[in-house]
Amino acid sequence: MSLTILFLAAFGLALVGFQIGRARGRTLVATSGIAAGTAARARIGAVHSRPNYHGSFVALLALAPALVVLLGWSFISEGVLTDSVLASVPAAERPETSLDRTSFMNEVRGLAAGEIDEPFDLATIPASRVYAATQTNYNMLAGAVAATLAALGGFWAYSRLTPQFRARNRVEVAVRWGLMLASLVAILTTLGIVLSLIFESLRFFQMVSPIEFLFGTRWSPQTAIRADQVGSSGAFGAVPLFWGTIFIGAIIAMLVAIPLGLMSAIYLTQYAKPSVRKVLKPILELLAGVPTVVYGFFAALTVAPRVRDFAVWLGMSDASSESALAAGVVMGVMIIPFVSSMADDALNAVPGSMRDGSLAMGATPSETVKRVLLPAALPGIVGGILLAVSRAIGETMIVVMAAGLAANLTINPFDSVTTVTTQIVALLTGDQEFDSPKTLSAFALGLVLFGITLVLNIYALAVVKKYREAYD
Amino acid sequence: MATLASSTAMPVEREPTDWSSTRMQRRIARRYAAERNFRFLGLAALGLAASFLVFLLFTIVRDGWTGFLNTEVRVAVTYEPAILGLDAGRIAATADPAARRAAFRQADFAGLMLAASEQLGDFDSVVSEGAWLALRDRLEADPALLGQTEQVWVPVRSTIDLLNKGKFDLEAPEISRGVSDRDIRAWQALEAQGKLRTGFNGIFLSTADSTVPELAGIWGAALGSLLTLLVTIAVSFPVGVGAAIWLEEFAPRNRWTDIIEVSINNLAAVPSIIFGLLGLAVFLNVFGMPRSAPLVGGLTLALMTLPVIVISTRVAIKSVPPSIRDAALGIGASPIQVVFQHVVPLALPGILTGTIIGIARALGETAPLLLIGMRAFVVDTPQGFTQPATVLPVQVFLWSDDVARGFIEKTSAAIMVLMMILIAMNSVAIYLRNKFERRW
Repeated sequence: MSLTILFLAAFGLALVGFQIGRARGRTLVATSGIAAGTAARARIGAVHSRPNYHGSFVALLALAPALVVLLGWSFISEGVLTDSVLASVPAAERPETSLDRTSFMNEVRGLAAGEIDEPFDLATIPASRVYAATQTNYNMLAGAVAATLAALGGFWAYSRLTPQFRARNRVEVAVRWGLMLASLVAILTTLGIVLSLIFESLRFFQMVSPIEFLFGTRWSPQTAIRADQVGSSGAFGAVPLFWGTIFIGAIIAMLVAIPLGLMSAIYLTQYAKPSVRKVLKPILELLAGVPTVVYGFFAALTVAPRVRDFAVWLGMSDASSESALAAGVVMGVMIIPFVSSMADDALNAVPGSMRDGSLAMGATPSETVKRVLLPAALPGIVGGILLAVSRAIGETMIVVMAAGLAANLTINPFDSVTTVTTQIVALLTGDQEFDSPKTLSAFALGLVLFGITLVLNIYALAVVKKYREAYD
Repeated sequence: MATLASSTAMPVEREPTDWSSTRMQRRIARRYAAERNFRFLGLAALGLAASFLVFLLFTIVRDGWTGFLNTEVRVAVTYEPAILGLDAGRIAATADPAARRAAFRQADFAGLMLAASEQLGDFDSVVSEGAWLALRDRLEADPALLGQTEQVWVPVRSTIDLLNKGKFDLEAPEISRGVSDRDIRAWQALEAQGKLRTGFNGIFLSTADSTVPELAGIWGAALGSLLTLLVTIAVSFPVGVGAAIWLEEFAPRNRWTDIIEVSINNLAAVPSIIFGLLGLAVFLNVFGMPRSAPLVGGLTLALMTLPVIVISTRVAIKSVPPSIRDAALGIGASPIQVVFQHVVPLALPGILTGTIIGIARALGETAPLLLIGMRAFVVDTPQGFTQPATVLPVQVFLWSDDVARGFIEKTSAAIMVLMMILIAMNSVAIYLRNKFERRW
C-alpha cells in the first residue's frame, strides 16, 4: 500500500465524516423545529450552524490528525527504510560511502518497484525483499494509526453536534488558521533559501577561504573531484565568473536592451495611435513569454555561428564559437520588454501637465520627451534598469547554452566567458558528493547571486516607489 | 507698440521673432527633421524587436516543421517463427492477450528485422536500429500474421531521413557536408525504386527520449511536464490564493505581516536557479525525496510560482469594491462567508488569469529543474509522481546539447510543441480576462 493511497484514503474518510456530520446537522434542523412546535420560520434560529458547517467540523477533526501522522511518516519513511534495509545487508557487502549507499538504495527501490529486472549489485536482491516487506509493514502501521486517530477525531466531533453547538465558528477559526499558514509559506521559502545557501556556503568556506573565493582570479573547480588526483585542491577564485556575469548581463545585454526598450516605450507612449499600440504591445510581451531555453537554443545555434563568422571576418582567427557577444545580445533582446514596460510606467507617471506645458510652449514632441519627460522620469527608468540588470544576471539558460565554461577574464566580446549561473548548473549536474568543495562552491555562488539580486531589487524598488510618491 | 512693451516690465526688450526669415525657417526645418528622426528611431526600435521575434520564430519553424514528418522504407517481412524463436502453434493456442504479448516481448524481432533488411542488398544499413519495434507492434496487433509475409513500412536512419528532407548540401565536398557518399547512393537508389515514403511522424508524438534521433519522441517529456505542473498547481494555487486572502482581508497590520509582504515581493524577483538550489538542499538532501521526480520538480516550481499567484490574487481581490463586503456583512454574513461567498467568486477571473500566467511561466522553466536532476535520460514515459521524468524545456535543452544532426530538427519541433502549449495557455488567460473582468 503506497503513501499516495493512504493520503487518498485519509481524504476519503474525511469526506465520509463530512456526509455523516451534514446528515446529522440536517436531522438537527428537522427535529428541533418540531420539538419547539413552531412554524418553519422559527426553525432557522433553532440550530446555530448550517448543516454544511456540521459536516465540515466532523471532516476537519477526522482529517487533521490523520494528515499530521501521514505527513510526518512520509518525511521520515525513506530514512527509516534505508536504515532497516542497510541493517539487513551482511556487513561485508554493505556499501561504505554515502554515494555508494545512494546508488545501492536506488537499485533496491528500482527492484522493489519492479522497474529493474537484473541489478548490477547482487546484494540488492535480498535487500529489495526486505525493503518491500518493511515498507508494507510500516505503511500499514502508519495507515492504521492514522485511521484510528481519524475515527477518534470524527466520533468526538460527532458527539458534540447539538443545536446550540457553534460549528460555523469552529470551522471559521480553522479556515483562518489555514489562510495564515498559507501566507507563512512565503516566509518559510525565504528562510529556506537563506538558511540552505548560508549553511552550505559555510561548509564551503571551511575548505576554501572567503578571501580567495571573492578576490581570486583563477577558477578551475573541475580538478577537485578526487583527493588523490594531481591538482586536487582546485582553484576557487570567482572573479572571472563575476566579471563574465557583469560583462554579459550588465554590459552587453544592457547595451542592447536599454536603447531598444527605451525607444520602444517612448514610441508606444508618445507617438503610437491606440490601435497601433494595441498590436505592438502584445508583440513585445510575446518576446517576454518565450521560454529562456528557446532563446538559449537560438543563441547557440543561430546567433553564435554568425558572431563567430563576423569575428573571423574581423581578423580573429581563433574566435570562439561560444562568445560573450552572442549570449549577451540574445539576453538583451529577452530583456527589452522588461525595460520597455518599466520605462512605460515611469513615463506615464509623469504628470500630464508637464508634458502639456512643454508642448504649449512650442516644443516638438521629441524635444518634450528629451528635455522634460525623460529627466522627470529618470529615477523610475533607472530603477527599472536596475531591476532588468538583476534579472539578466540571474538568467541561466541562455548563458548555459551559449556562453561556455571557460573562466576567462577578458574584455573581448568575441571571447568565451562564463557566468555565475552557468557554473552553478555545471557544478551541480551529474554525480554529486556533498562534501567536496566543488559541489559546495555552487551554493557559495548562489549566495552571492542571491545577495546581489536582493540588494539590487530592494534598492531599485525603493527608487521607483519614492519617485512615484513624488508625483502622486 | 513701444508703450505697450515698456508698460509690462519686461527685463529685456526685443524684437518679435520673424518666423518667416530664412534663418528661422531653417531652424524649424531642422527641429522638425529631428522630430521625424526621433520618431523613426522609436519605430525602428520596435521594428527591430519585432523582427527579432519573427526571425526567431521563423528559424524555429523552418528547422522544426520537418520534425513532425519522418521517412520510412518499405521492406517485405516474413514473420518467421524460427527466427523469432516463437512456437507458432503455441502462440495460436494462447487466447490470453497478455500472455501472448509477454511471449512477443521475449521474441527476437531485432533478428527478424536484420533478416528482412538484407533484401535491400547494399542498402540494408538505411533501416533504423529501432525499426524492429514497428514489426513487433504489427504482430501484436494481429498475431495471425505469424508465418505470413507482408510489406511493412519501417523508419529509416536519421541521416537518410534528413537526406530525404533535403537538409544536406549535396554540392559540398564529402568531408564538410556531414553525410557519406554511400548514404547518398543508398538514398538515391531507394528513392528511384519508390521504396521510400514521407509521412506524419507518429513516433515523435508518442514515444519518450532515445539515443537515436529518428526514435526520439516528445510524449514522455510532455507527460512529465503534465505531472510536474499538476503538483505545482495543487500546491501553489491553494497556498497562493490563501496567502493573498489572508494578507488582503484578515492580516493585522503588524511587523509579521510586513515581513510576509516583503518576502513575497522579494521572492518574485529571486532568480529561478536559486529555487533550484533550494529544492536540491531542502527537498532532496534534507527530506530525502527522490531525484528527477515530478513531485520534487513540481514543489520547486510551486515555490517559484507562488509569489506570482499571490500578487495577482491580491490585485484581483483589491479590485472588488468594498460595498460588496459591506452589503454582505450588513445582512449577517460572517467575515469568512463574505470572503468565500462574495469576494473570491467576483475576483476569480483575475485570480485564474494570474494563475495561468504563473503556470505558463513554470512550464517554460528549465534551470531549477536541471539542479534537481530532471535532466536524467529517461527512455520510458513517466509512471508516477516519484519516478524519474523529464519535462519539455529540459528535453529541449538535452536535445540541443546532442551532437547528432537529426536532433536539431527534433529540438526545434519540441520547441514548436512547447510554444504552442504556451500560446494556448496565454490565450485562455487573455480570454478569461477580457470575458469576465469587470470594471466597478
